[in-house]
Amino acid sequence: MSTKPHTKPRMKATVAASDPKSPRLAPEQLEELGREMDALRQQVLAKLGKEDADYIRTIVRRQQQFEVAGRVLFYLPPAWPLAVAALSVSKILENMEIGHNVMHGQYDWMGDPKLNSRIYDWDNVCPGEQWKYSHNYIHHTFTNILGKDRDVGYGILRMDEDQKWHPYYLGNPVYAFLLMVFFEWGVAMHDLEVENIVKGTRTMAENRPLHGAIMRKVRRQALKDYLLFPALTGPLFPLTLAGNAAANMVRNIWAFNIIFCGHFPAGVATFTEEECEGETRGHWYYRQLLGSANITGGRLFHIMSGNLSHQIEHHLFPDIPARRYPELAVEVKALCEKYGLEYNTGRLGQQLFSVARKICRLALPTRRTASPESAATAEVPVAA
Amino acid sequence: MTVTERILGSRALAALTSPHGVDRYLEMINPMWAATEVRAHIVDVRRENPEADGSAPVATLTLQPTSTWRGHRAGQYVQVGLENPAHPGRRFTRCFSISSAASLPGERFTLTIRAHDEGQVSRFLVTEARPGQLLHLSQAEGDFTLPVSPATPGPDPLLMISGGSGITPVMSQLRTLLRDAPRYGARPGRVGRKVTFLHFARSPEDQIFADELAAIAAADNGVDVHLRHGDQTFSELELRRLVPDFRDTDTWACGPAGLIDLVRAAYGESPRLHIEFFKPPTVAVGPSEGAVSFTRSGTGAENTGATLLEQAEALGLEPEFGCRMGICFSCVKTKTDGTVRNVLTGEESSLPDEEIRICVSAPLGDCSVDL
Repeated sequence: MSTKPHTKPRMKATVAASDPKSPRLAPEQLEELGREMDALRQQVLAKLGKEDADYIRTIVRRQQQFEVAGRVLFYLPPAWPLAVAALSVSKILENMEIGHNVMHGQYDWMGDPKLNSRIYDWDNVCPGEQWKYSHNYIHHTFTNILGKDRDVGYGILRMDEDQKWHPYYLGNPVYAFLLMVFFEWGVAMHDLEVENIVKGTRTMAENRPLHGAIMRKVRRQALKDYLLFPALTGPLFPLTLAGNAAANMVRNIWAFNIIFCGHFPAGVATFTEEECEGETRGHWYYRQLLGSANITGGRLFHIMSGNLSHQIEHHLFPDIPARRYPELAVEVKALCEKYGLEYNTGRLGQQLFSVARKICRLALPTRRTASPESAATAEVPVAA
Repeated sequence: MTVTERILGSRALAALTSPHGVDRYLEMINPMWAATEVRAHIVDVRRENPEADGSAPVATLTLQPTSTWRGHRAGQYVQVGLENPAHPGRRFTRCFSISSAASLPGERFTLTIRAHDEGQVSRFLVTEARPGQLLHLSQAEGDFTLPVSPATPGPDPLLMISGGSGITPVMSQLRTLLRDAPRYGARPGRVGRKVTFLHFARSPEDQIFADELAAIAAADNGVDVHLRHGDQTFSELELRRLVPDFRDTDTWACGPAGLIDLVRAAYGESPRLHIEFFKPPTVAVGPSEGAVSFTRSGTGAENTGATLLEQAEALGLEPEFGCRMGICFSCVKTKTDGTVRNVLTGEESSLPDEEIRICVSAPLGDCSVDL
């Protein structure tokens, strides 16, 4: 991607100008910020031990109890809603507080193969191996860098004003709704980079090695949820099938909403590749901090969101056990105050409203006249 | 195979519990229930060298494995994982040779372990572990095993050379020969061929299996036992006196690097020598130019020629490791750039973004590792 050198760094437009609370920091300040974040990290790493191990094992046990309860309750037709609820809770816990966090390597230090990032695979149609690449490496390394982080709009949505508008994006709210309902399938297809194939920058041949793993995982998941467990309930087959599909959908909707609140509420910054060239550790922390947003809530809410309600802390310290994020949040907030940086947080309803508004607003062309430079960097949408 | 085992190992159950597998659920109910994983309870701990003051204690642990244990061939080792109370929440995995005679599926077996000063796992197992302690195991691994089983006894003589706690795998071989050979045609109590057992220990008090070896030496069984203590180190001259054609005799050697180096020198290119290491041999600090950098932690230093794991530790890093001898893959890291030499095989490799075991990889020149 080429942008002319005289282009103004966009940070100024999107953060500093619109929000005087988040100034650009001088290099020395960034360095100091990096040191303080590193120290925070060391402080928590030194504390990891029995409490964290007991915590994650308890969550796994609870998840299994909900799962067994859900599967069994399908034998009692009047308890169908309860069965769906139990199975939904199980799938949400497994995907978010366990799967996502374990595959980040948060519990690798325990030396338990069942909680090891290299071995774990989650209850989701997306093969863990592929997700780890696109999520742990691409998204967490190049967070919110337009053109590098494919989690900005997932190649389907227009989530930033600097993505060039196209009539395709009139459907932005519809695409978002569909992505929400079929979220696990969207995640599974993420690595195929369909938008880049449409654009012509990626070939089908490059996807071929990925197909096998995806199909294997899809077959296994479908066999379990849509054939074997329904068959085990005999005449109740259709009810159980519908219940399993419902639980998967509840998990899809919940995960989508939590995740979209993490990077897309108003005020979250995006960055250009130039800004991040030869980036220092301090600037990486700065970018993670301004590129993420939190959701406030109680302890149970945080557990059910896999602590991704602490998206800011998660992005600063992706490999520290998520149960430590609430305590880290106190220190991170203090650092934000010290450096005059915005700490983007709000209630779930508030953040969701902000995201929904952005999805609808960006369906239409941005009013300010687009500069020729940003036209050059714009991405071609899938349906173009 | 019992009905329960058949059900637990069935494809249907695996499909229902996908992607996590049956064991994740069984373990929650009873840690000794398993479909594929292997775990064990310690049922007995016996001190082997209670009289030895100066040297580290040695103990023999008897293990009752889960029904998933497939048994072992004499000379094999097993990976043992345990949560050491000194580091709650963390499981450490190390390899130990099995000292008892070859076992069948589900059968008890023993490990004989010396408590090394730096070895937290071995020290815990020898001095603190009590019956009832749960251990996580691998299946038996390794090919330091007799090529002919007692089922196909050959007349060829055998030679076993060991030092210190390197006696464990060869003891397993000796016990297996004594137990099984008569079943296959050897006269009762005899091994049916000439077996020479040469062992080096620090002192008579520190001699592991002293009573049993004395009994074996005294019996008329075809086994020659030679125990050497203290300053009596290995010499080719003495070996030639004991076994004149040792280079043409199938030989199993296990012990510390110093002993193995001497044995290897005596055998030259002979293909009859089989070796089991305790630790990788010391690296000849040869071509140690260039610099090593650990990119994730942002540290680096002059390349000392030692293994990447040692160089990382010298810089204060604490990378995950297991066996430290290249077999358990706990320490696998991505080498992003540079050439490394496998200190066990001497094999060199320059592929970028290659997964390497840092405990047995020494850099040649500049090298970067994602660590």
